[in-house]
Amino acid sequence: MIGRWLFGLALTAAVGAMATASQPLSGVSDAAITDGGLVRSLSDFGFFADANAQIPASGVIPYRLNTPLFSDGAEKLRFLYLPPGAQAAANGEGLLSLPVGAALIKTFAFRQDGERRLIETRVLLHRADGWVALPYQWDEAQQEARLVIAGARLTVATPAGETISYRVPNKNQCKECHGLGGAVIPIGPKARNLSGEWLASLVSAGKMDQMPQVAASLPLWEAREGEPAAAVARAYLDVNCAHCHRPGATASNSGLDLRWEQDDAHAIGIGKRPVAAGRGSGGHEFDIVPGRSDASILVHRMKSLEGGVAMPELGKSTVDEEGVAAVERWIGGM
Amino acid sequence: MQNLNAACLSALIMGVFAQPAAAGVIEIAAGEGAQERLQEALIMAQPGDEIVLGAGRFELSDGLSLDVDSVTVRGAGMDASILDFTSQQGAGEGLLVTSDFVTLRDFALENPKGDGVKSKGADAIVYHRIRVTWTNGPAATNGAYGIYPVESTGILIDGSKVSGASDAGIYVGQSRAITVRNSIAEANVAGIEIENSRDALVEGNIATRNTGGILVFDLPNLPVMGGGNVILRNNLVVANDEPNFAPPGNIVAGVRRGTGILVMANDGVLVEGNILKDNPTAHVMVVAYTQQYDDTRYNPYARNVVVGPNSFGRGGDDPQLDGAAQLLAAFGGALPPVLWDGLAQGATGLTAVSGVAGWSLNLTAVGQGLAGAQPGPLTVPAPTFAFDDATVGAPAELEARLTR
Repeated sequence: MIGRWLFGLALTAAVGAMATASQPLSGVSDAAITDGGLVRSLSDFGFFADANAQIPASGVIPYRLNTPLFSDGAEKLRFLYLPPGAQAAANGEGLLSLPVGAALIKTFAFRQDGERRLIETRVLLHRADGWVALPYQWDEAQQEARLVIAGARLTVATPAGETISYRVPNKNQCKECHGLGGAVIPIGPKARNLSGEWLASLVSAGKMDQMPQVAASLPLWEAREGEPAAAVARAYLDVNCAHCHRPGATASNSGLDLRWEQDDAHAIGIGKRPVAAGRGSGGHEFDIVPGRSDASILVHRMKSLEGGVAMPELGKSTVDEEGVAAVERWIGGM
Repeated sequence: MQNLNAACLSALIMGVFAQPAAAGVIEIAAGEGAQERLQEALIMAQPGDEIVLGAGRFELSDGLSLDVDSVTVRGAGMDASILDFTSQQGAGEGLLVTSDFVTLRDFALENPKGDGVKSKGADAIVYHRIRVTWTNGPAATNGAYGIYPVESTGILIDGSKVSGASDAGIYVGQSRAITVRNSIAEANVAGIEIENSRDALVEGNIATRNTGGILVFDLPNLPVMGGGNVILRNNLVVANDEPNFAPPGNIVAGVRRGTGILVMANDGVLVEGNILKDNPTAHVMVVAYTQQYDDTRYNPYARNVVVGPNSFGRGGDDPQLDGAAQLLAAFGGALPPVLWDGLAQGATGLTAVSGVAGWSLNLTAVGQGLAGAQPGPLTVPAPTFAFDDATVGAPAELEARLTR
């Protein structure tokens, strides 16, 4: 809890500093965000005052998610950019409504010999004709990240000590997770998965119109032991699975809907037979069998690393043991 | 794109969508860096472009995807341009298409880890002379579907070939306006499967050495329901005798080895002009869905199924059914060609033209189980339910693309 308090303080301070800065917001290229086509280098956006140290430029606001998406254990640094004078709009507990010209920036890093090694930075740019997702891969010198439209693979060591072939997604793969109804949208910054302090700091800095109304926030992942098993697991599934497993998204045809707000037991997989799982079923009959995580397809696929079986399909080269444990605890207690 | 709305659909059928002039041809050769070069071309393509795959073997480490409308991907032939996914590390399929008006032709995919080609929400798509092969033959470790269009309107699959799929070779799901034609499905669990789909024509195909040849059915609890209006015509459905190798849990894992054509929980299916031979359980099986479900939109009965004139050869002589020995003895060594469970919803039960022989389980309730069966000869009325060819199959605009 101390960590959370410190983190919230740091973010609040960052927003406050930004708001009181007397100089105009400089550094970030609004033209690159809104009109830059396929911007070749991350530095062209000017999101960072010190890219190597991941120190954001003025106007670029760091944030965290209560329950984050697992990406092979990568350390993630998240930032929001709002153009000068623009405001985010509260939208209930869901995605913040971000204006054209806004950008979301997420850097993925792993530790190597104690040093942080930047792997890739993904940006979501809100242009007049919609959101655009672009992936950038960091160079060996850790000074610049360049657009890798077709993605890349590279070898990294995870915090768990595994050596894996890490996948930088291609532009289309960005959309496989970020696609809804054929358009690209952000996934992460939903009010229910953001800290109240951070949201309040945005409002007080004039960067958001009002405080979003959130009935129940997603649990803090590192504090999950003290939270109800159902809330922890449903938060995990919402964040890690529901961008595809929901109506209108990539896995809609499965009929499985893992969103936090879905309260139909069958829709979230309890007693639900697979549709197009193929050998992903692992010989099991139902997505979730209450009390039997060992007989639940959902857990079987989370535990697998085999193509055609493993879930999620993208961005996974290792099993998220903590995530599996959280879901097993929930199913086991049903 | 999501499914086109009704207005768009009628425009599509009338062919009023102007095809952009061929804006460009992008040639991609096999060899070093094929993954990045091909994927980049698929991303950077403009509507109207044609991506031409050279002859040779493209060694791929990840799934490919296309999200640009009106793009053609053309190889040098299904035995010449081969996308080899034997070393694939990620993604759920070999090639994912999520854009409309796409044409895929004259290339092959081998050993994808998951599905072969999946096209989702991809309207007006043509698969022409596409081959998907799991080269080690039937195995539960193979991917599920070879050619896999889903949630789409306007699908033409022609001259294609799939073998080794651990679920269905050619699987069309939650779609409408479909033609599957002149294709070969061999050594899959299900050869060709039409699921939760409407207005489909399955014609002139060969289904052989599968567990089941051609399957038409609806499943409950899917976003798209109400499958039917399907014509299965002039197919060669022979020697579907592969032991079922589907992983348990999947619906096709319940398909009996030796099923020629299976119709389950669907409304309006015409079976005519097919040649069925050497399917050891049943040439034609018409049944209700027997598992429990909780979906008020779902109808488990097979309704308005019509068996017209077909050529029935030897079959039903080694059925994978409880009590097979007694059944064979009762029917003189081979079961008659058509197997019905006897379950009808009102007047929509099975009908067949004069001379079609069959037998019925004479069940009286859905989900009753075979223990309640009282097998007897099939006696059903002559067909009165009418099918209209004009209402099935892919729009003409898709046909026109085959000649380009």
